[in-house]
Amino acid sequence: MDYEVVIGLEVHLHLKTKTKAFCGCSTEFGQEPNSQVCPVCLGFPGCLPVLNKVALDYAIKVALSLNCKVQEYTKFDRKNYFYPDLPKNYQISQYALPISRDGFLNIDLDDKTKRIGITRVHLEEDAGKLIHREDSSLVDFNRAGIPLLEIVSEPDINSPQEAYEYLTSLKSIIEYLDVSDCDMEKGSLRCDANISIRKKGARELGVKTELKNMNSFKAIKEGLSFEVERQTELLNKGKPIVQETRLWDVRELKTVSMRTKEEAQDYHYFPEPDLTAFIINEAQIEEIKKTIPELPQGKMLRFIKDYGLSKYDTKILVFAKNNADYAEDCIKMYPNKDKKPIVNWLIGPLLSEANNRNCSISELKIPGGKQELLKLVESTQAGKISHLMAKSVLNESIDSGRPCLTIIQDKNLFQISDSGSLDNIVEEVIKENAKSAADYKQGKSNALMFMVGRVMCKTSGRANPKMVQEILKRRLTDA
Amino acid sequence: MKEEPYKLTAHELIERIDKKETNSEEIIGSLKKRIKDVESKVRAYVRLSNSHFSNLTHNSQHLKPDTQHLRPILRGIPVSIKDNICTQGYNTECCSKILDGFKPPYDATVIRKLKQAGATILAAKTNMDEFAFGSSTENSCYGPTHNPWDLDAVVGGSSGGSAAAVASDEAILTLGSDTGGSIRQPASFCGVVGLKPTYGRVSRYGLIAFASSLDQIGPITKDVRDSAILMNVISGYDSFDSTSINVDVPDYTKSLGMDIKGIKIAIPNEYFIEGLDKDVKTIVEEAINKLKSLGANYKSVSLPHTQYAIPVYYIIATAEASSNLARFDGVQYGFRAEHRTPNTEHRLIDMYNQTRGEGFGQEAKRRIILGTFVLSHGYYDAYYLRALKVRTLIKQDFDKVFTEFDCVVTPTSPTAAFKIGEKIKDPLRMYLSDIYTISVNLAGIPAISIPCGFTKKGLPVGLQILVKPFNEELLFKVAYTYEQNTTWHSMKPKL
Repeated sequence: MDYEVVIGLEVHLHLKTKTKAFCGCSTEFGQEPNSQVCPVCLGFPGCLPVLNKVALDYAIKVALSLNCKVQEYTKFDRKNYFYPDLPKNYQISQYALPISRDGFLNIDLDDKTKRIGITRVHLEEDAGKLIHREDSSLVDFNRAGIPLLEIVSEPDINSPQEAYEYLTSLKSIIEYLDVSDCDMEKGSLRCDANISIRKKGARELGVKTELKNMNSFKAIKEGLSFEVERQTELLNKGKPIVQETRLWDVRELKTVSMRTKEEAQDYHYFPEPDLTAFIINEAQIEEIKKTIPELPQGKMLRFIKDYGLSKYDTKILVFAKNNADYAEDCIKMYPNKDKKPIVNWLIGPLLSEANNRNCSISELKIPGGKQELLKLVESTQAGKISHLMAKSVLNESIDSGRPCLTIIQDKNLFQISDSGSLDNIVEEVIKENAKSAADYKQGKSNALMFMVGRVMCKTSGRANPKMVQEILKRRLTDA
Repeated sequence: MKEEPYKLTAHELIERIDKKETNSEEIIGSLKKRIKDVESKVRAYVRLSNSHFSNLTHNSQHLKPDTQHLRPILRGIPVSIKDNICTQGYNTECCSKILDGFKPPYDATVIRKLKQAGATILAAKTNMDEFAFGSSTENSCYGPTHNPWDLDAVVGGSSGGSAAAVASDEAILTLGSDTGGSIRQPASFCGVVGLKPTYGRVSRYGLIAFASSLDQIGPITKDVRDSAILMNVISGYDSFDSTSINVDVPDYTKSLGMDIKGIKIAIPNEYFIEGLDKDVKTIVEEAINKLKSLGANYKSVSLPHTQYAIPVYYIIATAEASSNLARFDGVQYGFRAEHRTPNTEHRLIDMYNQTRGEGFGQEAKRRIILGTFVLSHGYYDAYYLRALKVRTLIKQDFDKVFTEFDCVVTPTSPTAAFKIGEKIKDPLRMYLSDIYTISVNLAGIPAISIPCGFTKKGLPVGLQILVKPFNEELLFKVAYTYEQNTTWHSMKPKL
């Protein structure tokens, strides 16, 4: 039975405003519990919300970047339900007239681009955080009132991999806009999914389950994959799928039913009477448009066109804006028309150094900056130093604070490519390793690599390995 | 000074303070003595225990005698506050068990303004219907306030305590709140002046909300001049209240002139129908004729959607209230029911149910249930949404009238004060007593109630004047002119 998977994703982002959505409390993460609160975000009697203009601006910025239609007239609604982390027992959110709707996001799939529709982007406030003990629960209201952006996708996603691509693309865009930290570990990005399957070609959607508690992009992919299998198995056996909320269990690697007794909860949405409606005019939209930088997709197309890069390489480079900017500077500075060498360095050794040091490429403190990096790359291209050696020089340079070329000079790491000197060393090694030489002549090719290794050892890694191999082969077959 | 300070109005006291004939300390002392004398009969204040008595005032606000005649408008004069307006560090409980012990950590904006103007804020609050749900102050968890004009009669509600305190001279100036008539109706029952400002004129920050789109804080005072003085202090845009409006505050005392020649008054037909007490009708008609003799002209008009005002109000107000009162759950402040059920799975729900079940009074529960119902899935369109639309029609009735007329004049209430216990068992009958005041809140316009006579039984009758938004100046002018050409405002009950 051929099934089609239908997924919709609901992402919640913490906006990086200095203060909360409806009051002046700080939004700084990781502070003492209940130290960033005031009567307004605690929902004290008599208190009233006042909208944070920057939160609205950020919301519009995201909406525009996701190709949404920004509404001229938008208002807030109350979503009413009881829970201890919700101080007023209602959340100020948007229901009927959200800030924006009907947008899209393009994702790259191997050979094509797919458009995922975005139903709506709206603004709301976050609830506090509950910590459950054995006999009681504690509430920290620092998080209550922090502005959240809710981004709802159309059910256009058809596989866990596509979901993953959607989220990485979305995260990349948001990061470019600098309106959220998008950090799932810190809780500034949360994602719930709705998933159903149906027979291929069927028009009606299958019964959907809501998936929660996935705390990383990897978990989302795994959770969705598990659900696809679970639902497929049920349908194949002729069993029905229950519409329910399931939680991803990261230890057991499976989804578990939440076992809630009520059906769809009635939130009694009605217009928030403590806030007026807000008019968003053309002028305001134009102002905000000016603050939107070149976005990842646009940058990617431009890199491919202007610098002749491959799609694969570009995708890695443009993911994070500061890396993309750094990379573009390097690419422009690199004198040759073929940019492959510098690009390889960027997505290879530099990215790995950055990952090891838990920072971005642009944050690597390379002594001498980009110029020094380019000199290093040129040196490897000219054969003056081996690629392997250059990588370790880079590492040492960042650690010690000394420029790469200085290290190479001081330690005399220049590659030995002069056949005369190499010849002598090769001869030495053959003499010292008669057995290996004999093994090679008898057909054991490993022996060759062993002797290359001996040469490298004798030269402290400076010999040009390719040349050494050639010389060894020549000598061993000649003799 | 020959008169007892407690008998005077604020403007009279200001005059005497400036002449150094009295000072705020003496005034407060005089007020305390008066409260001691008559409070047991009237019960205008709540939580006035012996200890509270000695601590009746905010000591920090006690202006020293020699500094009183300097700038602060109110010169240290005491102001009594309804129990739903937050005063920092002093209990504010909306006369409800569920807010037992609640001390706000902040001042309402109007309180801040009063303090800046040199007022002495009384720590003891005035009685009210619980959460402002009521028209008689019988829904207070402390029991009803008694009408100084007839101790067996109600004072009206929900700002009954404030109105009574003014009538019995247990207060010089007071603040109340008005959602459907809660300032004007008790003012009319007690023979005092009560004003509901234009929606957005006075900040709601710190007013414990009943219905957010209808509530306003306003003055209840002995005369129109005192009302203007208080309005000068409390009015104005507040950045903490997104529904307050940025319109300049004029000096309302400058409107207290006496020329109403040519003022066009509209008398709505729909307010003079069956249900209006005969006595009240006669008295109000006499008052309208008085206005005519002072130079105004009047004509009958129609406010065709008047009949829908009460159902529209009770849908919108209860809907908003059901949401505004959701925060009273025992989690952070106020009353929390003692944990009884051992069942761990339902402990949270049980706490909510028990706390709210025990903490709220009958009328509060009734309104929360009604409000939740009209917002519920499947009923929202038929009730709430429709009510919002009809509300616009009601407002448009007034907009139309105000294109041709300067003000509308009506009785404040269809009856004078009824007996305590008379209507409490019949909520619908109680709701109908708001019939003349409710449309005003729905339309967001300002209105004042001033005393205009007494029934044969000696109970006060109120005259209500309505004007278009932000036209309080005209309101004051008409009210002041009527008042100064009559003697109702100088009559006091025998206590």
